[in-house]
Amino acid sequence: MSISADALKPSGNKRTQTKDLPDVGNPAADKIFSGISLAAGILILVVLAAVAIFLVAQALPVFTADSEDLTSGSFLKYILPLTIGTLIASTIALLLATPIGIGVALFISHYAPARLSKGIGYVIDLLAAIPSVIFGAWGASVLAPKIVPFYDWLATYLGFLPIFEGPASQTGKTILTAGIVLGIMILPIITSMCREIFIQTPKLQEEAALGLGATRWEMIRMTVFPFARGGIISAVMLALGRALGETMAVTLVLASGPLTASLITSGNQTFASEIALNFPEAYGLRMSELIAAGLVLFVITLIVNVIARLIVSRYKEFSGAN
Amino acid sequence: MSKRIDVENLNVYYGDFLAVEDVNMAIEPRSVTAFIGPSGCGKSTFLRTLNRMHEVISGARVEGKVLLDGDDLYGKGVDPVVVRSQIGMVFQRPNPFPTMSIRENVLAGVKLNNRKISKTDADELVENSLRGANLWNEVKGRLDKPGSGLSGGQQQRLCIARSIAVKPDVILMDEPCSALDPISTLAVEDLINELKEEYTVVIVTHNMQQAARVSDKTAFFNIAGTGKPGKLIEYAPTQEIFNNPSEKSTEDYVSGRFG
Repeated sequence: MSISADALKPSGNKRTQTKDLPDVGNPAADKIFSGISLAAGILILVVLAAVAIFLVAQALPVFTADSEDLTSGSFLKYILPLTIGTLIASTIALLLATPIGIGVALFISHYAPARLSKGIGYVIDLLAAIPSVIFGAWGASVLAPKIVPFYDWLATYLGFLPIFEGPASQTGKTILTAGIVLGIMILPIITSMCREIFIQTPKLQEEAALGLGATRWEMIRMTVFPFARGGIISAVMLALGRALGETMAVTLVLASGPLTASLITSGNQTFASEIALNFPEAYGLRMSELIAAGLVLFVITLIVNVIARLIVSRYKEFSGAN
Repeated sequence: MSKRIDVENLNVYYGDFLAVEDVNMAIEPRSVTAFIGPSGCGKSTFLRTLNRMHEVISGARVEGKVLLDGDDLYGKGVDPVVVRSQIGMVFQRPNPFPTMSIRENVLAGVKLNNRKISKTDADELVENSLRGANLWNEVKGRLDKPGSGLSGGQQQRLCIARSIAVKPDVILMDEPCSALDPISTLAVEDLINELKEEYTVVIVTHNMQQAARVSDKTAFFNIAGTGKPGKLIEYAPTQEIFNNPSEKSTEDYVSGRFG
């Protein structure tokens, strides 16, 4: 043992060693490593601060500008429809992707035979690797035209609801289509994160439930879901973060326009898409306006994350970590 | 309620691997039966076949019969979920549901299958079950606190309370004290002695003194070598197993010459 330890020791190490104490390693290496770790940690904060400062500094002219020079007469009027549009698209995506994602994750972790579940897992991960522009192109050229009859049906039979008020878009390029495409895009995030957490449910707890006479579904409700609650929330919030900021797919799929209540007509717009569409030709105050919109998106994302943290920490006492 | 168990020509397989071979055993109601034997001899596997818990592992299957008061647990159309609600199980390490309070833990099994229970009935059941597990006095003031906040020994007794709350016919215990300190072990052993007034208790243990202390009958399992199936070597009253075993290997094991 001692011979091999000596052989492994770097030759530059001139530290004297007492006989009874084992060699604790190279103190210089320890220092370097802890320095690197600290620097990496600080770097993250610096980057975050730099982004925030950049956004605020660049957006500042908007708040001091003459209201007549702004696109919609006032910044609030400009930002409000974008906020609502972004939230609508993300909500649709989450409503679609969360139950499907959790269901698929459960199937992989607790229902499918081992060999099949691995295959499905790979396919889901592959879905996450598809670039968003591909999803956008598919949504715009395949999904949108195909979904028009469904929108017509909604307008005819559920048209009394403001959200399905006709006449339906004949191109299919609506906020609902954008939401569906976003839902497919965030599905792999939710699925793979949930699967990871579901399979970590302690066997002992699962057996406790089964031993009491629980069916498989009852066992999942008693042990897997409570164990995974924090993780599911994190997965959904992470997916929401992606949905809020997703640019390319929405830009390609959505025929944007002013805010409308109906989900099946063209109209509405999201932050990311608005910025991407207008950025190339923007300068001066218009540029500041777009960056200010980016700042608002940044703040919304931050709030979403804080809320997620609060929800997760509320269940700490009962989380199983103790 | 307490029922007898008769095991007839039972073989347990994991896939093609024969884990336990040809067990025949009659377990009397209102008694404590201990399974002893070296690690890997199949005693835990066999215990888990008594309430079909081994089926949790994919590929596990059995041949032969396990009769609970004459009804074959492996008969056609028998639902393992029903079997497990009649034959409760306590595991090696305490496993209360961490997200549930002490009260909810006790009621967890009762509320399965959407059974409804009134609050007064529930209160009574919680108290009786916790009293039955010698835990009531220690936790009565904090029934709404998480079960995972109790000590290891208390958690294990909570798990026992949870098992008896569903009023099983048999309670299986898979090394229930192996994660507990001596004081907690004593508390659980005392409890086992009381449980046999009402239930059939089967316990797997690595601790031979424990088997000698708590059980009426003892079954010694052994294995011929790695990859060979485990077998029931001897099954007799505990006194006989420890003082006058009829098999040489049983004597070697209980006297500490191997295992």
